[in-house]
Amino acid sequence: MNDLRQIAADGLWNNNPGLVQLLGLCPLLAVTTSAVNGLGLGIATTAVLTGSNLIVSLIRGVVRPEIRIPVFVLVIAALVTAVELAMNAWFHELYRVLGIFIPLIVTNCMIIGRAEAFASRNNPAFAVADGLLMGAGFSLVLVILGSAREIIGQGTLFSGAHMMFGAGSDLTIRFTENGFLLALLPPGAFIGLGLMVALKNVIDRRMAARTGAPAPEPHPAGHAA
Amino acid sequence: MAAEKSSLLGRMASAAGVLAVFAASGVGLVAFTEDATRERIEANERAYLLRTLHEVLPSDRYDNEVFTDTVQVTNPELLGSDEPVTAYRAFKGGRPSAVILTPLAPNGYSGPIKLLVGIDFDGTITGVRVTSHRETPGLGDAIEAERSDWIRNFSGRSVGDPPLSDWAVRRDGGDFDQFTGATVTPRAVVKAVRNALIYFDAHRKDLFADATETMKAGQ
Repeated sequence: MNDLRQIAADGLWNNNPGLVQLLGLCPLLAVTTSAVNGLGLGIATTAVLTGSNLIVSLIRGVVRPEIRIPVFVLVIAALVTAVELAMNAWFHELYRVLGIFIPLIVTNCMIIGRAEAFASRNNPAFAVADGLLMGAGFSLVLVILGSAREIIGQGTLFSGAHMMFGAGSDLTIRFTENGFLLALLPPGAFIGLGLMVALKNVIDRRMAARTGAPAPEPHPAGHAA
Repeated sequence: MAAEKSSLLGRMASAAGVLAVFAASGVGLVAFTEDATRERIEANERAYLLRTLHEVLPSDRYDNEVFTDTVQVTNPELLGSDEPVTAYRAFKGGRPSAVILTPLAPNGYSGPIKLLVGIDFDGTITGVRVTSHRETPGLGDAIEAERSDWIRNFSGRSVGDPPLSDWAVRRDGGDFDQFTGATVTPRAVVKAVRNALIYFDAHRKDLFADATETMKAGQ
């Protein structure tokens, strides 16, 4: 139980892949022009990450160390292709919007990073939990950044929800007609992510000051907790 | 020495074997998913294309399979591409009714803009839609029908309305609005639509040529 709590804390906060490990920045910055886009890519990434963690954990006794990386690559590539096909079949509009970033999940270092650093050293249950929670942490960053950029840049929130939940489910909240364009352009993504990382560090420091404990040291990417 | 060598070979062989097993199961997974999703994906693609075709040409304008009745035409100057582009042909009661051209606007702000231009047989535009582009979000993407009504302004226009010299954005002395902060994108689209009209006026007969021949042959 304690281990699970540790995994959750790591995935969602202490070792968040988006804010601390800073993995998968390319899709993170490119896709987050709206909350729904962020959520879509977050779910797809979580599915791949959980599946690859499970498989890597199951085969950890079988695969020799010297060929583990090619095996991981094969597993991840096959999973990503399967997810891409499934999204094309069942979430066609979202698939059109996310476009190249679904196949590019294969290049998200977070996935091979968790396979190498966690899944290949832990039992399948923990590996699945790690995949789900790391994926949730990543999705959370995608959705928050996407929401912020959408509100500031476009003056709406949850536009395009019909792409995920079917036609007729228009959840768009409109705040203003005029957006601040910079938020939608690439610089807005960098500024937004920078502010989120800074905010996390401020909160960590406040918490540490309150409890008297030292702030948790961010682990470098790939370092297992 | 020999034993070491053979054990090294053995390890290499077993590693290769494991890799082969994973490669095979990976291929199996992908093949299985592809097989399970193929029909759905094809249906999605077709539905998407049909929906866009409907937007540029009302469905009461034809009674044939517009989706499959196509010809490939090439005209780098007027259709914006060195490659052949698709023309969908609409018939009503066996007579040519309209055509949907798929020209490229080659001079968009960031790369070519793909268009669908529906043109009635008498030369009037029935509708224009953008099918793919990489224009700046928030500025140039107002050419999308979901983002603004601008693209609908083309409906009902023809080579004479406005006169060819006015087929340009206002900044260039023409008849079409540009957007705040984006002139290049609408300029490219207006020019591409204008060229598509000119192309249609010049090639109206060729586009339907073989169809009228087979109709005659059939009679």
